[in-house]
Amino acid sequence: MSQRTSETGHQVPPGAAIIELDGLAVSLGGRAVLRDLRATLAGRCIGLLGPNGAGKTTLLHTLLGFFRPSAGTARVFGKDIRTETAAIRAQMGYMPESDSFVAGMSGVRFVRLMAELSGLPPPAALERAHEALFYVGLGEARYRPVDSYSLGMKQLVKLAQALAHGPRLLFLDEPTNGLDPPARRRMLELIRSIRDGGEARVILSSHLLRDVEECCEEVLVLKAGRVAVYANLEAERRANRRLLELEVRAADGAPAAPAFAELAAALGCECAPGARQRLKLVLPDGVEARDMFRLAAGAGLQIRRLDYKRDSLEDIFLKAMEGDADGRV
Amino acid sequence: MAVYERTYHRYDGPLTTRRRRFLVVPRYALAAVMRSRAFVMFYLLCFLPPFAGLIMIYLRHNLSALKVLNLPLDRLREALPIDARFFSASLALQGFFAFLLAVVVAPALISPDLRNNGLALYLSRPFSRSAYVLGKLSVLALLISAITWIPGILLFLLQGYLEGGGWFGEQWRVLLGLFAGSWVLIVSLSLLALTVSAWVKWKPVARIVLLILFFVMNAFGRIMEMALGTWWSELLSMRVVIQTVWANLFGIAPPTGMPAGAAWTALVAGTLLCLGLLFRRVRAYEVVR
Repeated sequence: MSQRTSETGHQVPPGAAIIELDGLAVSLGGRAVLRDLRATLAGRCIGLLGPNGAGKTTLLHTLLGFFRPSAGTARVFGKDIRTETAAIRAQMGYMPESDSFVAGMSGVRFVRLMAELSGLPPPAALERAHEALFYVGLGEARYRPVDSYSLGMKQLVKLAQALAHGPRLLFLDEPTNGLDPPARRRMLELIRSIRDGGEARVILSSHLLRDVEECCEEVLVLKAGRVAVYANLEAERRANRRLLELEVRAADGAPAAPAFAELAAALGCECAPGARQRLKLVLPDGVEARDMFRLAAGAGLQIRRLDYKRDSLEDIFLKAMEGDADGRV
Repeated sequence: MAVYERTYHRYDGPLTTRRRRFLVVPRYALAAVMRSRAFVMFYLLCFLPPFAGLIMIYLRHNLSALKVLNLPLDRLREALPIDARFFSASLALQGFFAFLLAVVVAPALISPDLRNNGLALYLSRPFSRSAYVLGKLSVLALLISAITWIPGILLFLLQGYLEGGGWFGEQWRVLLGLFAGSWVLIVSLSLLALTVSAWVKWKPVARIVLLILFFVMNAFGRIMEMALGTWWSELLSMRVVIQTVWANLFGIAPPTGMPAGAAWTALVAGTLLCLGLLFRRVRAYEVVR
């Protein structure tokens, strides 16, 4: 009845490629939906962004083997989606965007069924189903029929069924859709906790920049079925830390941006005047924000405001959307 | 994912073999079906004809038990022949119950999964479309087997044991007819019912469609046969086609003039058509052109 060989494989080493898109193209109903996608995704949590109809869900479905590529291929953990669909699915958990459940079952029975279909023996499936439901925060409601759940509970039970069999890779398609703010916060906390646990990689498809920014380390932006941008958010954030906006005043409260700019330039900073008498600085390597405070204190000036640039994902996304019709930037 | 830690952990325990994973589907589906008391009552009713057959076989070999009624024993022995026609007729009766069972159970098997996007969840796992169809098919196969070939073969064995001599050798074709005939019914009826369930999402409508396919097509075929005087129109009648195939398997006279080859061809073609339609529908997501 049971085999010892695990289908889910071993832990993924940090930095190893999870998904390799190799000229992947998909046509549905005679229309090209994905075109020549090329990228190597390797982060712990990767955001899949794009406007409606960009091909995010189609990409997930193609990686799951629901649609056959019309050209090129992709590899998930090194396995080709054209030839090793079952082996790939064994390592995946999928939370679909739309309402998806098996009618007439309680939450726990539903999650148990899904775990058994993934290959867990019945006792282990029951145990994992309870653990997954507890993990996502569905208490006694797990004994109620799934049909009677609220939208938020349905999202949670969908996440539980995606987790119950212990996958290495999670596909979450618009997980915060229709959730109220507390439920959304809870969902994002769960995603971050899975990411930080390191036991599973997460692909988060969303059109909400904030969700992706709060959870993801890397982002793949699709536009009209093409890769518009693939960026590492951490690296972008680190780069943005070098960009500061300051408001500097003298002891009597008079604006002192020009005087401070001279001092900062002596440290090697690039300076430019900003709006409302503010100063924009790009810090060179070896110079940190605290050096600015030291500099100001030495000159008897006061730094009244210091901002890091924080809307990096929005910048990346908008830049990608401004590209040409084919999505290239 | 230990509860006390409240963190996510991967599963690294043993896994079931992929070949037998389709059996998960009937286990859950049968448990759901058997929750209905009305269905359990109906299902118990399906066992009455085999029970009546058991009594007939017993009486056939224990006529002395009826002596108390002062009945003419020789005539009774003639009136209770246990032969190919007896088993064929009992299979036909059980076939009718099997049809009713398919009408009740099948519409609830696939259409709810399509309505609630459940197929995407099944098929995102190491679980193929074939395994899904096989799993759903085995729900009906198990239920129908229990009222057709399993009691049929038990009655056959009882009859052979009580008759003694070379009865088994003389009547081997009955065994073939019971087993193969039942599976012909199970496969064709289940595939037809599942196909209707896959294409008609609303359960009551699916039941009506099944009744129309069976009774109305049967009546239409009969009327056309009477009007045109040819057996061709009887190919529309699933009942006549299956009974002709059964007659061929049991080695008895067919119910109409339809040749066995035509009945087999119609049955195989119908089954393949159902299979094609079923697989066309059983997909994680439908592509809208």
